[in-house]
Amino acid sequence: MLVFIIRRLMQSIAVLFVMSLLVFCGVYAIGNPIDNLIPPDASAADRARTIAEFGLDKPLWEQYASFLHNALAGNLGDSFAYSTPALKLIMERFPATMELAVCAILIATVLGIPLGMWSAMKQKSAGSKIVLATSILGFSLPTFWVGLMLIMLFAVKLGWLPSSGRGEVQTLFGVPLSFLSWDGLRHLILPALNLALFNIALVIRLTRAGTQEALLQDYVKFARAKGLPNRRIIGVHVLKNILIPIITVLALQFGSIIAFAIVTESVFAWPGMGKLIIDSIRVLDRPVIVAYLLVIVMLFTLINLVVDVAYSLLDPRVRLSEIKG
Amino acid sequence: MKGKFNRGMCALLCALAVALLPQRQAQAQQFTLGLSSPPTSMDPQFYNLIPNNNVAAHVFETLVKMDVNGAPVPALAESWKMIDATTWEFKLRRGVKFHDGSELTAEDVLWSLDRPATILGSAGKFDIYTKAIVAKKALDPYTVQVNTATPYPLMLQDLFNIFIVSKKATQGLKSEDFSAGRGMVGTGPFKFVKFLRDDREELVRNDAYWGKPAAWSNVTLRFLPNDSTRLAALLSGDVQAIENVPSQDISQIRADDRITLFTRISARLIFLFLDVNRDKTPFITDKSGAPLTRNPLKDLRVRQALSLAINRDAITERVMEGLSEPASNLVPLRFVGFSPNLPKIKSDPEAARKLLAEAGYPNGFAMTIHAPNNRYVNDQKIAQSVAQMWSKIGIDVKVDTMPIAVYVGRAGKHDFSVGLLGWLAQTGEASSPLRALLACPDAKDAFGGFNYGQYCNPKVDELLKKALATTADKERAQLLQQSAEAALGDVGLIPLHNQISTWAAKKGMTYALRSDETTNAYGFRPE
Repeated sequence: MLVFIIRRLMQSIAVLFVMSLLVFCGVYAIGNPIDNLIPPDASAADRARTIAEFGLDKPLWEQYASFLHNALAGNLGDSFAYSTPALKLIMERFPATMELAVCAILIATVLGIPLGMWSAMKQKSAGSKIVLATSILGFSLPTFWVGLMLIMLFAVKLGWLPSSGRGEVQTLFGVPLSFLSWDGLRHLILPALNLALFNIALVIRLTRAGTQEALLQDYVKFARAKGLPNRRIIGVHVLKNILIPIITVLALQFGSIIAFAIVTESVFAWPGMGKLIIDSIRVLDRPVIVAYLLVIVMLFTLINLVVDVAYSLLDPRVRLSEIKG
Repeated sequence: MKGKFNRGMCALLCALAVALLPQRQAQAQQFTLGLSSPPTSMDPQFYNLIPNNNVAAHVFETLVKMDVNGAPVPALAESWKMIDATTWEFKLRRGVKFHDGSELTAEDVLWSLDRPATILGSAGKFDIYTKAIVAKKALDPYTVQVNTATPYPLMLQDLFNIFIVSKKATQGLKSEDFSAGRGMVGTGPFKFVKFLRDDREELVRNDAYWGKPAAWSNVTLRFLPNDSTRLAALLSGDVQAIENVPSQDISQIRADDRITLFTRISARLIFLFLDVNRDKTPFITDKSGAPLTRNPLKDLRVRQALSLAINRDAITERVMEGLSEPASNLVPLRFVGFSPNLPKIKSDPEAARKLLAEAGYPNGFAMTIHAPNNRYVNDQKIAQSVAQMWSKIGIDVKVDTMPIAVYVGRAGKHDFSVGLLGWLAQTGEASSPLRALLACPDAKDAFGGFNYGQYCNPKVDELLKKALATTADKERAQLLQQSAEAALGDVGLIPLHNQISTWAAKKGMTYALRSDETTNAYGFRPE
């Protein structure tokens, strides 16, 4: 297992390197960020001076080389727009997005798995059909529209919940989190729900399909014959066997949610990373774009690593090392 | 109704509901304002961007500020006079205290005038406004004298943008330190409490403010760039006022009794620049796609025709939902440089067609126009409307839009023939647009920096340069007027309209309107 983890980490370093190269060249090709940042009244001398200050007058390979040199020391450059270290900017916003993403995944799991299993067990009932029909809505309705509808209904018409923003923030182990207070939770519910809808639908369908298949297996018949209570059969044995595809999808979705919660963050004015990346792309703030994508790649790699390790724990037949011969 | 029991239950439920509902109006003096662009830094001298300056103006102040018509009025400087053509003397207001209790003195002013040039890592430093000052000194703790190399009439306008910071509090600080609160010591009506990037800024009233105290004891500035979110926040009561009401919701807001709508013309002009200088222009061909022998935009009659064909009133009514003021000038009425001799341009497609025929294009030609799609209000739609209006006079027009980041780069390389652009006269007079948009491009002296069409008219430049060296206000206004008349009479650019800024607030409030697209919580007061 250790060898596997080390090998995986080495691969991820290679991926990081390739990714940084691609993004660097890509952003360079689009245009000069100076044109967006420089004020209208500036003279050409000011422009030249600013370009030199940001190191944008050097050839591409030289800029990349100095970026690599700094990156190896942990410094991913200063943002052009904010003049703050890019990594610091991203880490400032990271807890907010993580909070939202974790909440969304929790909602998806807590709502999706039981509903899916129940719908598989009571296939012919009306309840099951309703659950399936609403899950289709979860797939098809666009996130921004649902978000706005949620705001209109719960904030504007009913006034039960706040319309946007993040609530009171407390620091836990140095990380600013908002779910610890009632005010924070009130602000968290709608965006987390909005983000979770697609995943709830996904999990319901996956769980339903998996459970339907598992219920037909021999071991379920054997367990029933043995006299195990239904709760144990479904809650322990069937659940463990259907979890692998669900975990795969949830892991992929988790990465997606973190990386691209832009829509929800924009609609709910949630101060997370998604908004940061969109704004940075708009002004071609290259250090932030590169730093952000590197952080995301790292995250995806870690998530995939955790999932692979989880497989081996869930299913003893899975071997992590390569099969020889 | 089964008598007392049901009534009791109802009462209980009501009480429960009221108790559970968020206590939004608990403190009558809390004011939350929804702004549409977040600032990039708390350092008031870091980056010259409207959102940054807007937010900084709550905590910090300038020596001189702009009134609603663009004219300079005293702020931290009580009075000023010109000792000679190149020397200005400012008398500071006495007894003004910084938020840490120390008094504002000339030393802080000198420090604040020096600091912009030392800022690191900014693409838009404020030293463009302090460059003209070649020497300065404090005659006494309340008098500052500055010298310029040549007569410089825009000194006051430049000082609109230099915020005065406390020397003691900001010595040795980097711009990013301000976000944590260090150095956030100003003289303004509000004191800094907290800044959460891209989320909100919290302020409290400065009870020791030298002017009229603010109406609110606590102010929260929330940054809500998404139009619908901002509006929903107002409608749900999470914020008491917002700026930049989305245009498609204006009619709904007007009809809503609980909300007051405020509008005011902004100094931002939306216009079309024309590639008038080159013999060959990239995006104009004849109707079959073959290149033309000469550039039609070089002919004054063609430019006049293009301008006459545009129905600005229709754009205001249909595209901008009433939120624009058709323009024939570079600046709005009452601004310095506004010329009454430039009449309102009435749409006249017949006359336009005649002019085109006279110029040798009876059947028109084909053209592609360019515009940004994420920068100005309805920029894309305006370009499309203009294209349709021009097709009515015989020109086949295609529209190509792109994000402003890409647009500005290409426009700077003179990739376009006709393009849409906007310009805010930040100094409150026509010298700003004349210099940036219509002066012959001269990189050395920052003339024509945004003159993408490379329009060059020596008469315009001569009058402009003279105006920039004339300190007598009346004379300068005259010269600027004449320069604008020369440029617009020659159709150096086609002015379309001035945007109208909008604000919406809960009923029961007044707001001191501004034309520089800023929004200040200080200006909101309960009626």
